[in-house]
Amino acid sequence: MALQARRDVFQAIADPTRRDILNLISKKSLNLNTIAEQFDVSRPAISQHIKILTECGLIIIKDQGRERYCEIQVKKLAEVADWLEPFRKQWEHRFDKLDTLLVKMQSTKKHKKR
Amino acid sequence: MTTKNQLKVVAEPGKQDIYMYREFDAPREMVFKAFIEPDLVVQWLGPKNMKMRIEKYDMRTGGSYRYIHADEKGNEYAFNGVVHEVSAPERAIQTFEFEGLPERGHVSLDTALFEVLPGNRTRVTMQSVFRTVAARDGMVQSGMERGVREGFERLDALLVK
Repeated sequence: MALQARRDVFQAIADPTRRDILNLISKKSLNLNTIAEQFDVSRPAISQHIKILTECGLIIIKDQGRERYCEIQVKKLAEVADWLEPFRKQWEHRFDKLDTLLVKMQSTKKHKKR
Repeated sequence: MTTKNQLKVVAEPGKQDIYMYREFDAPREMVFKAFIEPDLVVQWLGPKNMKMRIEKYDMRTGGSYRYIHADEKGNEYAFNGVVHEVSAPERAIQTFEFEGLPERGHVSLDTALFEVLPGNRTRVTMQSVFRTVAARDGMVQSGMERGVREGFERLDALLVK
């Protein structure tokens, strides 16, 4: 049985070049040549990254005439935003405790004034 | 009726920083105090299911701090840093390092800004700048792993019931 490579958004964003590619095409779709020109790495390496991004569902490739354009899949990218969620939850927990503490501090301050 | 103060976390892909924004229903001096004084910090900065122990918390310009989070199993996670600047009640800038990493030198620069809002409220903006994008992502993902673990623990607790 062949080892199945992990293909999800986390795999997609794990690599800095792939994150750069996503940033690059986030504003508008670009063809492969234009993307490859922005990087120092070889063209086949960029193609490989784009292949992975396609397999992860973060981009789709559309043929326009002779050119192949990479288009970002915003919906899929929203899953990446969720990678922050546990981190956010952890801090939310802390700040909820801080809210409670601040209420306590405010009530003791009022008592002191009386 | 007050609506819950939402925490906003921004960590853009490919960048080295994390921003957190949170508002509090308390005056600025008080919120600032809760960030600076060790006997107050210890009451809220500990992660869920962990005990926080402060070894040193000298939040003055040129000061330093070190604290430890300990879980029920006795695992300890220590953090330390030096204080670059504290200007009460509006700004605190410090370095931050997790001592549990395989090598030293992965430090972030943390800035907390405290703004006055109408109605005796306060907005806190926290920025952490890491040395590399990978370090930033690693920091966020360490929280992710813990979050996933906590999720499983909650599931376990639910299944026991």
